[in-house]
Amino acid sequence: MIESLLSRAKREAQEAEVYEATLEETTAAFETNRLKHLQTRSSHLLALRVVKDGHTGHALTMGGKGDLAARALEASRFGPPTHFHFPQSIASSSLPVYDPDGERMGLEAMVGVGEEVIGRLLNHTPGLQCNARVVRGSLHIRLLNSLGGEASYRKSYSGVEVEGVLVRGTDMLFVGDSWSSCHPIKDISALAGEVIRQLEWARQLAPCPRGPLPVILSPRGVLSAFSQPLNLAFNGRVVLQGASPLAQMRGERAFSPAFDLWDDATLPFQPHSRPWDDEGVPSRRVPLVEKGVVAGFLYDLQTAGQAGAESTGSATRSLGAPPSPSPSSLIIGEGTRTMEEMTKDLREGLLVEQLLGAEQGNVLGGDFSGNVLLGYKIEGGEVVGRVKDTMVSGNMYSCLKEGVEVGRGARWVDGALYTPPILLPSLSVSTRG
Amino acid sequence: MTASRELLEHALKGVEADYSEIRLEEAEASNIRYRGQEVEEAGISSSLGGNVRALVKGGWGFVSFNDLPQPHELREKVDLAVRQARLAGREESRLAPTPTVVESLREKPKPNPLTIPLAEKKALLDQYKEIIMSTPGITTSVIAYGDGWKRTVFASSQGSYVEQARSDVGLQVLAVARDGGEVQQASLSVGSRGDFLQIAHLHPQVREISRRAVELLSAPRVKGGEYTVVLDPVLAGVFVHEAFGHLSESDFLYENPGLQEIMVLGKRFGERILNIVDDATLPGLRGSYKYDDEGVPTRKNYLIREGILVGRLHSRETAGKMGESPSGNARSASYRFPPIVRMSNTFIEPDTANLDDLLEGIEEGIYARNWHGGTTSMEMFTFSAGEAFMIRNGKIAEPIRPVVLTGNVFATLGLIDGIARDLDMNQGGGCGKGDQYPLPVSNGSPHIRIRKCLVGGR
Repeated sequence: MIESLLSRAKREAQEAEVYEATLEETTAAFETNRLKHLQTRSSHLLALRVVKDGHTGHALTMGGKGDLAARALEASRFGPPTHFHFPQSIASSSLPVYDPDGERMGLEAMVGVGEEVIGRLLNHTPGLQCNARVVRGSLHIRLLNSLGGEASYRKSYSGVEVEGVLVRGTDMLFVGDSWSSCHPIKDISALAGEVIRQLEWARQLAPCPRGPLPVILSPRGVLSAFSQPLNLAFNGRVVLQGASPLAQMRGERAFSPAFDLWDDATLPFQPHSRPWDDEGVPSRRVPLVEKGVVAGFLYDLQTAGQAGAESTGSATRSLGAPPSPSPSSLIIGEGTRTMEEMTKDLREGLLVEQLLGAEQGNVLGGDFSGNVLLGYKIEGGEVVGRVKDTMVSGNMYSCLKEGVEVGRGARWVDGALYTPPILLPSLSVSTRG
Repeated sequence: MTASRELLEHALKGVEADYSEIRLEEAEASNIRYRGQEVEEAGISSSLGGNVRALVKGGWGFVSFNDLPQPHELREKVDLAVRQARLAGREESRLAPTPTVVESLREKPKPNPLTIPLAEKKALLDQYKEIIMSTPGITTSVIAYGDGWKRTVFASSQGSYVEQARSDVGLQVLAVARDGGEVQQASLSVGSRGDFLQIAHLHPQVREISRRAVELLSAPRVKGGEYTVVLDPVLAGVFVHEAFGHLSESDFLYENPGLQEIMVLGKRFGERILNIVDDATLPGLRGSYKYDDEGVPTRKNYLIREGILVGRLHSRETAGKMGESPSGNARSASYRFPPIVRMSNTFIEPDTANLDDLLEGIEEGIYARNWHGGTTSMEMFTFSAGEAFMIRNGKIAEPIRPVVLTGNVFATLGLIDGIARDLDMNQGGGCGKGDQYPLPVSNGSPHIRIRKCLVGGR
């Protein structure tokens, strides 16, 4: 079917490409500590891109009717000028992203995983209200273009996420964590242990001082504050338009020498890994910051063509959209001290695990400003309790300059960012009263 | 979509579940996006899919699919949903009763946005792009236009059968100014229920955000802390959506006695001037509909009346479990998701003041306009302004960088001490909850004043 679509498009277009994604996903969802939903989703997406008279057009269908080729050709009349050719071959790869055991995991086993996580948390804190999801799925991607490029791969993925709320009067404590992999989940101890640590640290309330304070961002805190500014800063589209503050800084020092950042879609069995990107360009490790120096940006075929660069294999199609550059797994290089060691040396400070609404401001400029949804006061080198009604504000570009300390003990957060804790020596903290 | 009512009813016949339903959805959409001078994307999409939901002993099974299944395939999906529900169900099913309805509604917007040629849409966006890009100091812009049309067919084991259709138009315009490493942005987000003309005359607003993005490069940052703030209708609409709307969605409390205690009807949340409504029956707004995705007819729902909590938003299940009546707020973003409790058109009702009355007596405060975003944890909310000014001695003074505001849901409504009479509904953006985004909603308010709002800053 996709072959005939391609040949139909080729009759009128100079180049054409068909992308097909088939998804099967099963979810066990728990609400307030009990199993509530079992869900199965199947979807089939077919996208056609054509290049006609130097312009690209895109059309997509998910089960819909209508002539996909005619639509893509119509869209090409208004589409962007094309700055690339589709790849003539797509290299085969041995990158493992499929584990057949993942697909075989039965509904009962998935329910068992959810019950075990919730059981352990309730055992620690009776009264906690947990919502949880256990997901497994498989994805089959097929790509075919009119220049001869053709390949397919299969990916499996599994995930567990849990969020607990402890209500005392109108006070709500939110804790939670998630785990994901191409392998099926076998052991939930680390996940449960992490949430139990949060519950322990949040046991008491502690008043929070205002003013500039040293702030440790835990790995989840780093995601809260920096993930959107980082995603935008290195995006080839944003860079090309000069909207990234790093646009003209390739090869220049923009961050502390302690800061290293790269994107890597070639890590085995990571849910965001893939042998090649959504245009068929092989995945690779892309250095973005090396010892504080801007080392590269993320490009797909179009933006690479515009920039006079090579595609970095970063083309990603989010549901329904044509490819655009996007990170797969962002990784921040580790320093020397663990979060515990950093904490021990602070006379007074804040440890932030999660910010609410931090990414609503001027994220292009690197600003973040959010309510501390989960964070703790540090006093005399120890976590003394949870803070409330507290807001932290700053700018990623200023924060990651001299003085920042990148720690050790990196972990995956939401399957998309692998980061250690980061200590910011002085951050603006506002609080009530 | 040629699925007949008989086909759906046949697939649901004799199903061994406490309740079951089928929803089919056909949709088409087009989009154009500019970045800087060039079109970045132009595309057309279509989809056809559906889902089956079944309830057995309080547990739900849900199966979604693309393509229009053959009759025997549809029955297999129903059976799968029932098997899943049986595995999940461990208690008693409780759905609030709702009348059985059979109705086919066709909405014909004029002109249907999908029948307007792409060339015409592009010509309009070209004008907006020119305005932004010709503004001195502007580095780039993003203009994202999208429209869509969809038709849904719903049938339930109770015998309800509803056909509904709707269209939607959305436009986001972002202007970006840059000076060295300093980048500032200003944006505009508007939408309509399928009426292209409503986004066709925004030239002054586009000029305004271009100017603002450049101005922000030299605007100072406010010092963080508590301020008396005055919000314009757009931002106050986002505030009421985040700070209270989500809290009245009963799915977060129907299984939770602790939360029900703090959300007990009759509790005082604000002063007597405060009235908050969610109303899907208002004609022609993006959050309007006649039946929700469980076939429940909508109605005007008072959430707060004269400062007192008087109602909340329900699905049939949350209403059934709480012994209340369904409000018509079970909505799904698409056939890929089950319906959950959502807002429709949410707003603060007007009072009698005007803007000057609200500013009066504020020695140092913040006047915040337009919106950038907002979110809530249920206890805490944050929302961000697109534009902000200091208020000094009762007058709007110098512009400052846009601010992010935060507060406690339970305390902040009580700090609203002034409401103007200039109600305006904001039709931009969409609401996200869980993984269901974006859902068309609208929200609104007159100008309001809030004492002691926590503002992030240097």
